[in-house]
Amino acid sequence: MLYIVIAFLWWSILLYLLMGGADYGAGILELLTREGNRAGLKKTAYRAIGPIWEANHMWLIIAVVIIFVGFPDVYSLVSVHLHIPLTIMLMGIIARGTAFTFRNYDAVHDSWHRLYDRIYMYSSFITPMFLGIIAATAISGRIDTDATDFPSGYILNWFNWFPLSVGLFTVCLCGSLAAIFLAGEVPGSDEKWRFIRKAKQMNGLATLFMVLLFVSASLQGIPLFRWLFGNVISLIADVIAAASLAMTWYMIYQSRVKTSRFYAGLMVMSLLISVSYPHFPNIVLLKNGGSLSILDHAAPSATINALGIALLAGSVFILPALVYLIWSFAKKRSVVDEDH
Amino acid sequence: MDDFLAARSQMALSLGFHIIFSCIGMVMPFFMAVSHYLWLRTGNENYKNVTKAWSKGVAIFFATGAVSGTVLSFELGLLWPTFMKHAGPIFGMPFSLEGTAFFIEAIALGFYLYGWDKFNRWFHWLTGVMVGITGIASGILVVAANSWMNSPSGFDFVNGQYLNIDPMKAMFNQGWFSQALHMCIAAFAATGFAVAGIHALMMLRKQNVGFHKASFKISAVFAIVAAFLQPLSGDISAKFVAKSQPAKLAAMEAHFKTDTHVPLIIGGIPDTKKQEVNYAIKLPGVLSWMITGDPAKPVTGLDRILVKDQPPVAVTHYAFQIMVGLGMMMMAIGAIGLAAFFKWRQWLHQPWFLKLFIAATPAGFIAVEAGWTVTEVGRQPWIINGVMRTADAVTPMPGIQYSFYLFTAVYVTLSIVVVFLLKRQIQMVPVIYDKPQLNPAL
Ligand code: HDD
Ligand code: HEM
Ligand code: HEM
Repeated sequence: MLYIVIAFLWWSILLYLLMGGADYGAGILELLTREGNRAGLKKTAYRAIGPIWEANHMWLIIAVVIIFVGFPDVYSLVSVHLHIPLTIMLMGIIARGTAFTFRNYDAVHDSWHRLYDRIYMYSSFITPMFLGIIAATAISGRIDTDATDFPSGYILNWFNWFPLSVGLFTVCLCGSLAAIFLAGEVPGSDEKWRFIRKAKQMNGLATLFMVLLFVSASLQGIPLFRWLFGNVISLIADVIAAASLAMTWYMIYQSRVKTSRFYAGLMVMSLLISVSYPHFPNIVLLKNGGSLSILDHAAPSATINALGIALLAGSVFILPALVYLIWSFAKKRSVVDEDH
Repeated sequence: MDDFLAARSQMALSLGFHIIFSCIGMVMPFFMAVSHYLWLRTGNENYKNVTKAWSKGVAIFFATGAVSGTVLSFELGLLWPTFMKHAGPIFGMPFSLEGTAFFIEAIALGFYLYGWDKFNRWFHWLTGVMVGITGIASGILVVAANSWMNSPSGFDFVNGQYLNIDPMKAMFNQGWFSQALHMCIAAFAATGFAVAGIHALMMLRKQNVGFHKASFKISAVFAIVAAFLQPLSGDISAKFVAKSQPAKLAAMEAHFKTDTHVPLIIGGIPDTKKQEVNYAIKLPGVLSWMITGDPAKPVTGLDRILVKDQPPVAVTHYAFQIMVGLGMMMMAIGAIGLAAFFKWRQWLHQPWFLKLFIAATPAGFIAVEAGWTVTEVGRQPWIINGVMRTADAVTPMPGIQYSFYLFTAVYVTLSIVVVFLLKRQIQMVPVIYDKPQLNPAL
């Protein structure tokens, strides 16, 4: 049962990265779009994401609940030492969720909308950035449980180059996911190419940050290179990721944008496998060389069993409903209107 | 402000904020479903407009409720890591089921808000009902988690160790039923009076009377029924508290000395030093009778509780008085409402009648906040009643007061914006709904 719970945790993180990521990405793209072109982007994004955006963010809640019920030591340790980035991320979540709703539901259209838009765009950037920072810090081996002063206990663990570059990489990944997703949602080819151009830029930036990420990892003694290339599973995943990236672009140029989404998703999945496999079961690495293993720090088996059953039973309800939601709005989108 | 006080204040602020949105998220879908049903059945445009206007309000509230809930699930760890480290595996069951409920709620809401004219109209209606049912389910589940903090069960506490964990037993702890029942009814009462009050105000101003009268009637009926059930369920809660948490009951009643024929104290100013209550109305023997069924039986007072285990008496007592007082007032207004619905229908348009409901607009929500203050402050100094002290659960990170200031600023701003948006929504009613045929998609 423990492995089932871990599998659910992993899938929730992946799905949040993909669906929540594309969702944040839409805001990131808006930030990088010239003022004049934003209205069209906003409308497309709203049409495509509106019905499922609440559901997209549920994956984060599921992941958090799995962690605090099933792996309480991990939850409390991370909550204490990453208090500051977590708080910033929460501010991002509050700002983004409310601004998204306000701008779509405020009945009066006036200059307030400029403010909502601004908040929406910046928080779409900040939230995935800090999610990336938090994830990177957890595995960077810089969490110092023995720290005696405030900066080394609560700031320097995350405020350094490796987490920051992972954060920026995450932002670009979200942006390119969104661009590829939205390119398949617009009828006109002009607009489509605008999204494809954005996807290209995002991909380029992601590559840049990837380089930064490797450089900073090696400067800080994080064995990232060994993790990603030093074992068979990660190597295979890397190859699949690279091939998927190539396929994504091939499909885009074949004008099969919807198929390209599949490959983009596959790429993200392989990347996640490649980084999470090598240090499994340790999901938090500490400065003093210790680590929290997800296997050793699980809750007692009665809890894990109950949690596993709850998750399995829940997915029986959730998955069909979610698939039906996505499918039916994808099908009916042509009829979707100028509601708002 | 010290870190411990800041952490408590931040938790109270976040929960006090979230509860408003979750009450609305639990209850409004039912109002919508009724109005939607009436529209599907009668074809009366007013009902359709009411449904659509409400659904936009719900979207705003839902998003705010969802983000504040997401924040809470992190805050439990950010503020109380030691508590979560031990309690997480024990009281986590309701949270993991709640995840499912939220998810279905979010999916159903997607169908409902974006599905107008795209699905079979009864399927569409049903998704709205689903939003309500799953909302209530999450409310019940999360309150079960809270009642575990009040009446912990499902584990053995041996030498500081939490052994033999049984998550199901923890979820169905002794308190879950009375607390969840009381909470659900409270959500209906609070939201019902709030919505009815707003529409009564618009009727008084003679704006779109048809529209507002339809909304008023639906919300007032729910509010009135809930207002009558509330004291009954409160009585069940009080009996439970007397059994499981005598210290809390004593603080609620400002009952200092264990005695028989204990009076029910209404109002008054507790003086903890002298152990007495000044300026109160005392109904002799009534508390003994309410709790035990016999005026001659004793009720435990604060003198039987170690000083270091006593909750703050004044806050708990005032909060309890406020809740009960408002509960009685809401029931009285409910009775007048019933009279108007069944006998004197002309009252429905008389200013005094509308003003009564306008005055009651915030009453339910104030009672909800007061009730939670009773529950949470009355549990102090324990975070897990009798097992773990709140002071031992708090995060070691210094500087929590800055976090508290930040959250305060954010929540105050958000509240202002939500109220502002709601006002704009209501202002737009004449613009949008006076020409109902122009844009059916709205
Ligand atoms: C509309 C709101 C409302 C109204 C009118 C009342 N209550 Fe209440 N009460 C709540 C809203 C509430 C609440 C906010 O929902 C609480 C907090 C925790 C809970 O489960 O419900 C609560 C808690 C609560 C508790 C503590 C339960 C515990 O700690 O386990 C008691 C004893 C009562 N109530 C009793 C009453 C009585 C005797 C009322 C008579 C009129 C009453 N309440 C009206
Ligand atoms: C008595 C207290 C509470 C009640 C009655 C309650 C009820 C609800 C309800 C009905 C919703 C749905 C939101 C809506 O429809 O607007 C909600 C959202 C949420 N609540 Fe609470 N809640 C309470 C306290 C908490 C606590 C303590 C937590 C965290 C540990 C929490 C976590 C959440 C989360 C994560 C969401 C977002 C899920 C969504 O988007 O639907 N809630 N809550
Ligand atoms: C939404 C309705 C709720 C409100 C308004 C509320 C209110 C409060 C208040 C006023 C405090 C501070 C008490 C003090 O320190 O003197 C508090 C503390 C706390 N509450 Fe609640 N509460 C609610 C529901 C819940 C639920 C559902 C949970 C968990 C499942 C919860 C968990 C906590 C925790 C962990 C603390 C901090 C420790 C403590 O003070 O005991 N609360 N809450």
